Amino acid sequence: MAEVRLVGVHKTYHEEEVIHGVDCHIANGEFLVIVGPSGCGKSTLLRMVAGLETISEGDIHIGERIVNNLEPAERDIAMVFQNYALYPHMTVFNNMAYGLKIRGLAKSEIAARVNKAADILELGEFLKRSPRQLSGGQRQRVAMGRAIVREPSVFLFDEPLSNLDAKLRVQMRLEIKKLQERLGITSIYVTHDQVEAMTLGHRLMVLNGGNVEQLGTPIELYECPASTFVAGFIGSPSMNFLDACIGNDGDSVALPGGENLPLDKSLKGLEAGRPVTLGLRPEHLEHGADGDGVAHLNVDVIEQLGADTIVHGHFGTSSTDLTVRLPGVRYLKPGEMLPLTVKPGHLHLFDPANGTRLDG
Amino acid sequence: MVENRPFLTFIAHAVIILGLLIIVFPIYIAFVASTHATEDIVTTVQPWFGSQMVKNYATVLGSGKETAGGVPVGMMMWNSLIMAVGIVVGKIAISLISAFAIVYFRFPFRMTCFWIIFLTLMLPVEVRILPTYQVVAQLGLLNTYTGLILPLIASATATFLFRQFFLSVPDELAEAARVDGAGPMRFFFTILLPLSRTNIAALSVILFIYGWNQYLWPLLITTETNMTTIVMGIQRMLYVADSIPEWNLTMATAILAMLPPVVVVLVLQRQFVKGLVETEK
Repeated sequence: MAEVRLVGVHKTYHEEEVIHGVDCHIANGEFLVIVGPSGCGKSTLLRMVAGLETISEGDIHIGERIVNNLEPAERDIAMVFQNYALYPHMTVFNNMAYGLKIRGLAKSEIAARVNKAADILELGEFLKRSPRQLSGGQRQRVAMGRAIVREPSVFLFDEPLSNLDAKLRVQMRLEIKKLQERLGITSIYVTHDQVEAMTLGHRLMVLNGGNVEQLGTPIELYECPASTFVAGFIGSPSMNFLDACIGNDGDSVALPGGENLPLDKSLKGLEAGRPVTLGLRPEHLEHGADGDGVAHLNVDVIEQLGADTIVHGHFGTSSTDLTVRLPGVRYLKPGEMLPLTVKPGHLHLFDPANGTRLDG
Repeated sequence: MVENRPFLTFIAHAVIILGLLIIVFPIYIAFVASTHATEDIVTTVQPWFGSQMVKNYATVLGSGKETAGGVPVGMMMWNSLIMAVGIVVGKIAISLISAFAIVYFRFPFRMTCFWIIFLTLMLPVEVRILPTYQVVAQLGLLNTYTGLILPLIASATATFLFRQFFLSVPDELAEAARVDGAGPMRFFFTILLPLSRTNIAALSVILFIYGWNQYLWPLLITTETNMTTIVMGIQRMLYVADSIPEWNLTMATAILAMLPPVVVVLVLQRQFVKGLVETEK
């Protein structure tokens, strides 16, 4: 059990910097999820914490120690890999016992720990089997068992659910969450899947091109995204972005198509006529009665999901496609004009130049 | 869809059986010849077994063929065995370690070493025979097992084979072992080696036969009869100046010379077929 601190961590490969300074303090027992698109550097960052990559600049602390120059085995960590990385020629028991044997633990102690982990993960009947006789989900559990028996200070997960089918992924997600809560071990989890990130993490770190876009709780990221990148990454279907500008009175935002939506008081105070990027989440656009502060959507395509209806359309003559999520089953026809309202608090404004959040 | 025409199956079997007969026939003749007394086989080829099998084999194993120097075949087979096993063990050990170094370590001149190993493919024993002989003679290794084995134990082909195999082992496996606390040598012995079992088995068969059949090199460096290998021995038996060529004894020696490689193939075949059948994941 330990806290992890990343201080000014940089990584350079052959003159090219891929991680541009990451600072983060992970509290004891916290579950941090590092999320981002492919190539953003999240696996690299995790591997630097693990000790599988060298750190070009900065420090990483695990507990009281600076671990920059320590081998992975000396850092008191355990890692679960994307492809499980089980030793194919050993039984499940031996896979889990391997690290402990190297450490020189007594046979009885090893057996005790392995059996306990097997109980937690319901692997008891598989202990004598070899990995090739197991299914994907079972192998993943063995990989987690191998991590648990080491009783480390930090768990590291490198996209462990990517190779599982969708249904199994949902199931394993819950198991990981319950496991972490039960064991209370500090965990760092890397994924590109924002649903996994939102459901598992106490806090999320959104990485983009080696930069930390935002670090906060899932709901903070959802309600208050720091940039268009974070706003578009979290939430599905993803947030709509429109080119708009502040209305003449500074109290509203003018949509393409001429209609205005009122702004929340926290966003008032921006100069009139200023171009902005307006962010609207599909689930926040509600079907409203005609009147003030209502925007009319030209309906193009309707997707019926049963629980929701996804409506695609555009405002006025704008070419930007808008997505709206309406609850329940709604029968709409292409070409209809759908009146939409948004609560002022659900409007997000971003600077068109760099995508950062604008506040009043 | 795979066609199931009985006629084609019959043809396939017939071809295989025919091929088998062609290959086995000379061996059969040799075996039959080795079971007769000298007079019976000097002029004709015998179609069926004779009665002298035990006597011939005992003579050959115990005291050898008089006219070929009287070297017991048993001793020659022992020499060949030591040489072949030494070559197998040596080649596999060296190429495993070289491949391990080239694949898993980063060191200066790594690629230079790799290309030098590659270049040695152009230098079989025959090409480098003079300098090798000189070195071995100067080291005082003529007529020794070391002299028979040492110059033959570096192998570029085996190194490549293992290199290709090690490259196919996922990096994550090495990383998982590293996180578990395994150092390079422990990783080598507890993980790489067990995974290489099938490759080692396959290579052992090939290298054993290679070592067993060595002719030129043993011929050059052994002058004492007690260091003769069996392949050399058979050759010696063929040249007789004035007396009757004792084909029965020569054939017996030939049959005996064939046995160990066959045994090796049979024993190891199960290992590497088993490995090929099970898919590793």
